[in-house]
Amino acid sequence: MREIEASYITEKVKGLCMEANYDLPKDVLLAFQKAKEVEESSLGVSILEQLQRNAEIARNERVPICQDTGFGVVFIELGEDVRISGGSLKEAIAEGIRQGYGEGYLRKSICHPFTRKNTGDNTPPIIHIDLVQGEKLKIIVAPKGGGSENMSRVTMLKPSDGIEGIIDFIVNRVKESGGNPCPPIIVGVGIGGTFEYAALLAKKALLRYTGSSNADPELAGLEKDILNRINDLGIGPMGLGGRTTALAVHIEMYPCHIASLPLAVNINCHAGRHKEISL
Amino acid sequence: MVKPINISTPLSDQDVENLKIGDEVLINGVIYTGRDAAHKRLIDLINEGKELPFDISGQIIYFVGPTPPKPGQVIGSAGPTTSYRMDAYSPYLIAKGLKGMIGKGARSQEVVEAMKKYKCVYFAAIGGAGALLAKSIKKAEVIAYEDLGPEAVRRLEVESFPAIVAQDVYGNNLYVEGMKKYAR
Ligand code: SF4
Repeated sequence: MREIEASYITEKVKGLCMEANYDLPKDVLLAFQKAKEVEESSLGVSILEQLQRNAEIARNERVPICQDTGFGVVFIELGEDVRISGGSLKEAIAEGIRQGYGEGYLRKSICHPFTRKNTGDNTPPIIHIDLVQGEKLKIIVAPKGGGSENMSRVTMLKPSDGIEGIIDFIVNRVKESGGNPCPPIIVGVGIGGTFEYAALLAKKALLRYTGSSNADPELAGLEKDILNRINDLGIGPMGLGGRTTALAVHIEMYPCHIASLPLAVNINCHAGRHKEISL
Repeated sequence: MVKPINISTPLSDQDVENLKIGDEVLINGVIYTGRDAAHKRLIDLINEGKELPFDISGQIIYFVGPTPPKPGQVIGSAGPTTSYRMDAYSPYLIAKGLKGMIGKGARSQEVVEAMKKYKCVYFAAIGGAGALLAKSIKKAEVIAYEDLGPEAVRRLEVESFPAIVAQDVYGNNLYVEGMKKYAR
């Protein structure tokens, strides 16, 4: 049994909130560079260049890439042989979010659904915990912006809709989203499972290295095919026309019920923010 | 690439009539911020026949909720938020003399009709470029609804704030035209 102090977890979550918001991951920056090489619209190229400059300013001056510093979505892989001492894991994470968003000058964007009153400290977070074997604790902080989250959908297709139905739904979702989710976007797709599990798979798909392929060759092919169809829409950077509408499509799949074909599309803006640490 | 057009607030009918979709502009002068909650309050005031907290005629509203400034900063990161959420409110403000809006994403038909009728232009700023856009903001001051935090109405002084004309007073829409041009 390994003990990890709750206060240590708080400290780490706080740091991850700031890093995620200030420092755009290398894979996303690389995807900008690649997009610039194929972009045919001069306005599109200029937008991609400004996104690169923006990321540079944010990293150097330690300020947020985007003013929407997001919902604090936290993924935890908790080793079965880990014991948290001096407090609860969930409270330790929430405190990390509170301190990270406070001390990091990040925007507090969480409110009551009816009154819209702001909670004032960006809590509560959304926490997903997976139990894994061993003595490790992995924390991933993935701040999620509202603009792109609003364009995401879950649907329950009929099994007869098949792969074509899946492709059509995803491509149409991106088409209808237009410039709203700050394209170029990253598209996370969850296929199968249940209603809620498909959505979780789609969110997890966004954590992958941008542009990496699924290990299953069939899904890898599908990712490529959908990406091409999305980029043929012509939506382009910021929706103002161009070749680069999406930087990547990531699909995760799970078996489903004989009666269903759940499908979730979680759209992420170009601010593909996530930072992780293993303790 | 053509050189961006410099414009200064307040804007006249003629200023906005000169702007066409695809034009890159650099905005100078005073602009005001407002997003969901502030818009709701402004419209409530109009419905009650009360004065708005600032004179809106000829002005530009920027849909933004910035991050808190770090010590020494004028404003935190300040990029645009998605505009369609303001579609229900914008026509009232346009009828009151609003000449420009800055946001991201396309606007509704009702907004377009108001823009044509009263001469107002819609600019797209680069969504997610909050750190970069903040560099063009030289002064920021909360002038109403401080209780709304990031959603409070701010008076900003901007210099060479970069934006793109996305929908003009003639009903042209770059979201539609741009997509058409590159679709295959
Ligand atoms: S969609 Fe993303 S990049 Fe655009 S404003 Fe929201 S968080 Fe920022």
